[in-house]
Amino acid sequence: MLSRNSARAAQRLVRAAAQQQPRAAARSYATIQSDIFKPTKFGSKYTVTLIPGDGIGAEVAESVKTIFKADNVPIDWEQIDVSGVDSGSPGSAEEAFRESVASLKRNKLGLKGILHTPISRSGHQSFNVAMRQELDIYASICLIKNIPGYETRHKNIDLCIIRENTEGEYSGLEHQSVPGVVESLKIITRAKSERIAKFAFSFALANGRKKVTCIHKANIMKLADGLFRNTCASVAKEYPTLEYNDMIVDNASMQCVSKPQQFDVLVMPNLYGGILSNIGAALVGGPGIVPGCNMGRDVAVFEPGCRHVGLDIKGKDQANPTALLLSGSMLLRHLGLDDHANRISKAVYDVIAEGKSRTRDMGGEATTHEFTRAILNKMETL
Amino acid sequence: MLAIRSVSAPMRRQCVRAAPRAAATLSFQNRRFYSDKVAKFTGQKDASGNFPVSIIEGDGIGPEISQAVKDIFAAAKEIYHHPPATIESIERNKVALKGPLAVIPERQTPIGKGHVSLNLTLRRTFNLFANLRPCRSVAGYKTPYDGVDTVLIRENTEGEYSGIEHVVVDGVVQSIKLITREASERVLRFAFQHATEIGRKKVRVVHKATIMKMSDGLFLNVAKDVAKDFPHIEFDAELLDNTCLKMVTDPLPYNDKVLVMPNLYGDILSDMCAGLIGGLGLTPSGNIGDQCSIFEAVHGSAPDIAGQGKANPTALLLSSMMMLRHMGLNDYANRIEKAAFDTLAEGKALTGDLGGKASTTDYAQAIISRL
Repeated sequence: MLSRNSARAAQRLVRAAAQQQPRAAARSYATIQSDIFKPTKFGSKYTVTLIPGDGIGAEVAESVKTIFKADNVPIDWEQIDVSGVDSGSPGSAEEAFRESVASLKRNKLGLKGILHTPISRSGHQSFNVAMRQELDIYASICLIKNIPGYETRHKNIDLCIIRENTEGEYSGLEHQSVPGVVESLKIITRAKSERIAKFAFSFALANGRKKVTCIHKANIMKLADGLFRNTCASVAKEYPTLEYNDMIVDNASMQCVSKPQQFDVLVMPNLYGGILSNIGAALVGGPGIVPGCNMGRDVAVFEPGCRHVGLDIKGKDQANPTALLLSGSMLLRHLGLDDHANRISKAVYDVIAEGKSRTRDMGGEATTHEFTRAILNKMETL
Repeated sequence: MLAIRSVSAPMRRQCVRAAPRAAATLSFQNRRFYSDKVAKFTGQKDASGNFPVSIIEGDGIGPEISQAVKDIFAAAKEIYHHPPATIESIERNKVALKGPLAVIPERQTPIGKGHVSLNLTLRRTFNLFANLRPCRSVAGYKTPYDGVDTVLIRENTEGEYSGIEHVVVDGVVQSIKLITREASERVLRFAFQHATEIGRKKVRVVHKATIMKMSDGLFLNVAKDVAKDFPHIEFDAELLDNTCLKMVTDPLPYNDKVLVMPNLYGDILSDMCAGLIGGLGLTPSGNIGDQCSIFEAVHGSAPDIAGQGKANPTALLLSSMMMLRHMGLNDYANRIEKAAFDTLAEGKALTGDLGGKASTTDYAQAIISRL
């Protein structure tokens, strides 16, 4: 009995090892080339964690849910209402946050709005950053592209910002040496730089892009950004078909507002990503239309690429759900549900191109509900 | 050009110079470091009744554009002359004008090597704590953005550029962003003071205190304290992300404000603003210190067109206008600046970089003819 049991256990172990080994090797640095995620699927439906977030989150998440439902997308939402806004009971916010992390670990897939972060020192650390660190969703992707039919100051922009999400300036390590003297640590490691660089290059390759530009400030931060730049350069050698160059972050910002057409895929440490994704979003029409996602080895969380909470227009039915809808479409493509993704994103683009129903940030008058309705109507004609 | 490489090594940070005052921080945490005007110009006229100004012509196109500025000043009967620059002369004259310096490997900032750039050396030697970067749309040069008129002030001595970095173990690097109450107060005071001088009613701090709660938080708190001393100026704060987004979407609401921020953000945003109006060839820059101030063109030395008389001296000329205002010579500055902007707006004598055919001297002559 005992021996039979242990033999079976051993067999199981061997089988598991045999299954796991090739995958483990492929996963040492997860890239979108390898099939990295195993979403939870019950019956014929996927379970996806939905975190509407603060500010406009609830409204735009409602829009996404309505549209996904109308298209019969095989997704069950596991909605968790985390909030970073001070509710008076600090314990409950932390608890909801932990629940959301657990849910994302289970489902391996999430759609998320942005959580508010207070400035005060007594306030909690950013939940957004904590979540990225905890789930190790290290690569942030932000797609900056002109939407056809929506005129902005710049034309023909199509760039992609890939940002390291888990270290750098957002390490959260700070201390006061003596009163009035504060040190804040920026951490750059070779391992994480290599992983983001590999991600960027394989992303570029998989998406038919031509050029990868490393953004840094290695002329001043010679060791930290120097390590990042050198690591990118050595990874670039493994991708000889892709053009590679690097640019100093202040110059990149200047080029971004004068000649943004020169950029293709940009890879950079954490803080610069925050800066450039905002500059980029402004070029094509604001945070309401820029989709994005955060990828890790196990978990992928889709969220608007230019992370703005929008507390000022909360509850006014003015928010633009495009960013979350397009992030949702990216999620559908990630699941292989391309039909749904194409139908939804085409409807969104068509409505914007027609120009009859646009939200306020795009110069229109439509409310979030009216815009959603216009998309639903459009989907019926597709 | 300048031979001051020797001072770069021992001057690790401005702390060396600031040491006596920094000690006071310990005992009087809430004491104000500055009661008087920050960065007051204390230069004296020489025997001939002129203010002496040191000039560092720089490399590449530097000498040509410096000559253009000198010619224009001579035509405006500017009461100043320019001895060759040395550390001593800058110390004596309290003010200098500087052209672009070439990227020479052993002198400038090589990426990934351990040298300190000459700019950094000057900054540290003279403790030039504030970098003043106004950007104003030039009528003769069309960009997607019209009517831009921003003023950015950047802390220049610490922050992300403290230069304190080390390898913890192989493959793990720590870089320290240093924010001190003293340096923050100094630059913030300058910002409020400058806003008063140029007649702007609002000062806005740009920060990222949501993430860097202690360091940017300190900067923000000091700003709130300093703002109390300037009740006639409206003070507010904005998150870096929002500033980037809003400025690029529509820069016009920033035309009535002075923005002040820590080192890295200032570096990035000031170049970004330059991008809005057409690049570094059109933007002046001033490095302000208590001891002396250096005004410079921040563009490159363009060795490819050096000596061909094609260079655009606008950035250096506008920097020299800032210098004149710093010296209290506002009338001269206004007159020359008007001539320069009118020449650009007319569009007849533009240099190649602005799509014209004029030479450096043609352009300078066009300005002179308007004086």
